[in-house]
Amino acid sequence: MATSKRSYRHFDNSEMRNMSTFRNSDIVSIRDLSKESIEQIMDLAERMIPYARGEKKTRVLEGRILANLFFEPSTRTRLSFESAMVRLGGEVLDVSYPLMTSVAKGETLADTIRMVESYADVIVLRHPHEGAARLAAHFSTKPVINGGDGAGQHPTQTILDLFTIRREKGKIEGMNVVMVGDLKYGRTAHSLAEALALFGAHLWLVAPQNLQMPKETIKEVERLGQKPKLASKLEEVIAEADVLYVTRIQRERFPDPSEYLKVAGSYRIDKSILREAKKDLIIMHPLPRVDEIAPEVDNTPHARYFQQAFNGVPVRMAILLLLLGVDVNEGF
Amino acid sequence: MKDFRVTPIRNGTVIDHIECGMALKVLRIIGVDGEKIHSTVSVLMHVPSKKAGWKDVVKVEDRELDPSEVDKIALISPRATINIIRDFNVAEKYKVRLPDVVRGIVRCGNPNCITNLSEPVEPEFVVECKDPPILRCIYCDRILENISDHII
Repeated sequence: MATSKRSYRHFDNSEMRNMSTFRNSDIVSIRDLSKESIEQIMDLAERMIPYARGEKKTRVLEGRILANLFFEPSTRTRLSFESAMVRLGGEVLDVSYPLMTSVAKGETLADTIRMVESYADVIVLRHPHEGAARLAAHFSTKPVINGGDGAGQHPTQTILDLFTIRREKGKIEGMNVVMVGDLKYGRTAHSLAEALALFGAHLWLVAPQNLQMPKETIKEVERLGQKPKLASKLEEVIAEADVLYVTRIQRERFPDPSEYLKVAGSYRIDKSILREAKKDLIIMHPLPRVDEIAPEVDNTPHARYFQQAFNGVPVRMAILLLLLGVDVNEGF
Repeated sequence: MKDFRVTPIRNGTVIDHIECGMALKVLRIIGVDGEKIHSTVSVLMHVPSKKAGWKDVVKVEDRELDPSEVDKIALISPRATINIIRDFNVAEKYKVRLPDVVRGIVRCGNPNCITNLSEPVEPEFVVECKDPPILRCIYCDRILENISDHII
């Protein structure tokens, strides 16, 4: 018989916000998590770093199975979850590109989830439609982790972004974070902006007018007590930045290719723009870069995007341990 | 002598204090499409109202509304009142009231929301504000715009 899942009324996050344990719950949206819960994950992730690097070994999740259910291609999210599970002694069922399988025959996501949950102890879902993870959590008795749904949420990415800032800068509160690029469609930008506001960081949002952060997100940031500043030129704000969070502007968002070239070039991070930057500025990028960060930046003390990608492993190790109910006070 | 624009009804429902201009949408909600209904329906549009300046009123004879219809009316006209008439008297009178969560009565306006696919779930929204109604999809988190266009 399936273990009954801790059930959160998904229209009321107060229960999740107040809880001290994650056992058998879902991680669908960053809004489901309180500041304290996020800190709890980050604290545990800190302890997981030597295990994530392979310097220490553990088999604490031996016999447990993670299903990586990816309806969209992803490298970082999929591999970091896989690495996290394997580093903890567990195993992974890779159900990438299910278009080749039952879904191609017309199976609903609800049915796919009910099938996959009988093979695994925890499910990571990446899906092109917004709300897919909430639906999966609704149907699954096993914990569901949102690995990104459409233009919606990608909460574990947000936590690893926060974790990276905290590790690199020592704190999040009071940091000047400049987010630049496509802030309209980038799901990581939306949830990170809200989470940064929750942690008391100051936000600068730099984007072309038609790709600026959605009003709803700005409203939520303001509700959380921050007043984001909007700009269209990176040069105007780079000197203030403690953290520069770069996202890619996608060519297909622009009907006129020449308009794309104008803005894409203006947000390219290279050594010349960094002359005005603080010495301890860190640069982050959550996605595969194309040409928005010049390779010459890789060898500067500012580059943190590869460290950021690594941080996905300890953060996801922490999440898996908490959701699978491992006593994290013992054995580490 | 008082001049009645519409005569009183013996049995049925009077939906009063409908937001001005919303009467036709109320008719659609209660299923008055000219064929299914077999009783008299009176519609008053843009009539004076002491409370709101102007209002619409709909009277339906021999018909009482079900709760889902009342919730739908609350979505487009949160200050409407429902008067149940029995034998020319007001037997019940109440204001429409939106619940904290609405299920299965409006569709998410986000075309990429999973609830707009063939999944076995009812669309579900948390009511963030009741007047004016602001609904947030519990699946995709989007605020629903143009609520009246998305009533199922």
